[in-house]
Amino acid sequence: MSKKKKKIKEIEIEDISLTAPDAPVFEESAEGSQDTEIPADIKAEDKTVQVEDKPAKADETPSPSGEAGEVVIDMKNIIKRYFIGQPNELEVLHGIDMQVRNGEFVAIVGQSGSGKSTLMNVIGALDRPTEGEYTLDGVDMFRAKDKDLSAIRCKKIGFVFQTYNLVARTTALKNVELPMLYGGVPMGQRGKRARELLRLVEMEDRMKHQPDELSGGQKQRVAIARAMANDPAIILADEPTGALDSKTGRLIMDIFHRLHEEQGKTIILITHSPELAGECGRILELKDGLIIDERKGSGRRAVL
Amino acid sequence: MADVLFFENLLLAFTALLTNKMRSLLTMLGIIIGIGSVIAIVTVGNSLTNSITSEMSDMGANNVTVGIQQRETEEESYESGMRYSGSRSTKVPGDDDVITKEMIAGLVDEFPDDIEGVSIDSSLGSAKVESGRNYANVNIYGVNPGYFKANNIKVIAGKEINSTAYEEGKGVCIVSDKFVNNMYDGDTDKAIGHQVEIEMSGNTHKYYVFTIVGVYEYQAQGFMMTAEKDIETELYIPLNTALAKNHAKGFYSFTLITRSGIDSDEFALKVKEYMDRYYHRNRDFTIMTFSLASMISAMSSMLGTVSTAISVIAAISLVVGGIGVMNIMLVSISERTKEIGTRKALGATNGSIRVQFIMEAIVLCLVGGIFGIIVGIVGGAAGAKAMGYAASPSPGSIVAALLFSMAVGVFFGFYPANKAAKMNPIDALRYE
Repeated sequence: MSKKKKKIKEIEIEDISLTAPDAPVFEESAEGSQDTEIPADIKAEDKTVQVEDKPAKADETPSPSGEAGEVVIDMKNIIKRYFIGQPNELEVLHGIDMQVRNGEFVAIVGQSGSGKSTLMNVIGALDRPTEGEYTLDGVDMFRAKDKDLSAIRCKKIGFVFQTYNLVARTTALKNVELPMLYGGVPMGQRGKRARELLRLVEMEDRMKHQPDELSGGQKQRVAIARAMANDPAIILADEPTGALDSKTGRLIMDIFHRLHEEQGKTIILITHSPELAGECGRILELKDGLIIDERKGSGRRAVL
Repeated sequence: MADVLFFENLLLAFTALLTNKMRSLLTMLGIIIGIGSVIAIVTVGNSLTNSITSEMSDMGANNVTVGIQQRETEEESYESGMRYSGSRSTKVPGDDDVITKEMIAGLVDEFPDDIEGVSIDSSLGSAKVESGRNYANVNIYGVNPGYFKANNIKVIAGKEINSTAYEEGKGVCIVSDKFVNNMYDGDTDKAIGHQVEIEMSGNTHKYYVFTIVGVYEYQAQGFMMTAEKDIETELYIPLNTALAKNHAKGFYSFTLITRSGIDSDEFALKVKEYMDRYYHRNRDFTIMTFSLASMISAMSSMLGTVSTAISVIAAISLVVGGIGVMNIMLVSISERTKEIGTRKALGATNGSIRVQFIMEAIVLCLVGGIFGIIVGIVGGAAGAKAMGYAASPSPGSIVAALLFSMAVGVFFGFYPANKAAKMNPIDALRYE
């Protein structure tokens, strides 16, 4: 376990050191103390994590998903049809049964056309299932009105897209503030929290930059910070490394791992790549609108 | 959860406006032209109204003129009394028809709280005064002491006619400075105390002599075609003097100066009612009253109607501008489909998306409106100056223009904003 961990760390070190050469002074942490021969970069990385932990603690709000292991997503026999009642009616999801517990890192893997995107839309409250039962963090999605769905997307789900989808002509900081703006967080608090989150993804030095001044990897890091803004119950990442080169992709994946391991975030990764899926704790394989396989991930971080 | 996010959306709208400066400017042009032309027209109209009103106020807006008028078969309202001077020639009023001093005294006793002064004048006719090579045209008026105040006539040299002269009907007179210029080369000292000999032309050959006691400042009464030297100015003598020379028992008209705060329109009606007791049995003449205030208000309301009518036509261009705004908002929304999808995924409600885009349209129109107001005021002021009037932009129309441009923004922004709000987040996110 510790050997594996070390290997992972080494990969992280490389990546992090690329983007954060001027890291703060080392401060001993639980992670860092495991190994005596940690290069300075790790310490630095750990330090940043230490700092980041504060906002999460400060934001402690009693929520149903507060305790580890509790079911966050509960789907029973979810069916999604399009063009309902029309001759060309199309059934995309044929009955998905799925449960995600708090603190899990789940991968949904499948080829294109398998229904991944549709499932993601349903999970992310962007779309309503046609039939079945879906409870997200204690909310029955069938009874939710449009306005409720907006609130759920705002507070309970953090989206990370393949194409980043940062709002143009808006600084990284303002982008991270957006979900809080819609969530009714007061202006002063928004800025404070956004800065902390950008520090978490090591983008604090570029927080005044607009999306077109950022590289793909930087944009995706801002997007992750944005997904974390309202401390959602789940982070829903749709091919987050799909548009990135392997090195940057690795960096992004490591950030997800960090959020999962250190902040206990529930993450659902949607991908077509079996290697990426393998990194997660649990893999759900989707084919033709059905979950055909469920297995444990190796946890081994792929060299992309 | 009516999250309006007013401030944030305002900021967003300004950012959007500044991002596409050229496009925003072109879009606003329609609004600028529309608002600008309305404001310019209203400014010119307002300047015109103000100039005319103040000109007429100088003539005594608080005055109520009372006069006799030939009876007509049909009953006419006092407002048509403007015609009395025209119909006078048909029948010369006799001694029983004219207004007497006693009637006026009775009127003043009846309304002591309303009447500040009475101004009476009785014409003795016009004449040409000659002295060697010098000459001056005069119009001889017998006046009462209240006349000067009512007509804003200021004695600039010498004295006013004193009360003894008024009562006894002495042969004194006050002449205009123009008269002094013509007759005495502008030397007032020489004029005062000098005697004016007047030979009246016409069928009744009369000869008058008056001693000059004072000089008043002549004020041009509107537009004169005559040469400067030939302008006929008034020569004032005491009322009793004129009556005696004329062998008249009374006068055809007089003017009441009302106290400030009195509605002169309303008072004119009361005066007519009072005076009717002397005239209700008179077969040939009736009393008519009219106030300048009613004329002024009629005139400004007419001018107001005209400028409103032109403004409405100009406002049509605002509709065209509004359609431009709507068009550009639709373009902007289709360009920003992905942004809308993202915002929805991040928790924006339909309402907040709608408010965002309506706000953008409002800001576009409002900024255009402000530019338009500036253009309109400058243009209107230039127009008013060119026409020779003091420019006076109307604050009401500026406020109305601002509100109206906002309304244009709401109206033409609503459809595009609603379209944005109703976008399906999945489709919007997938849009390329």
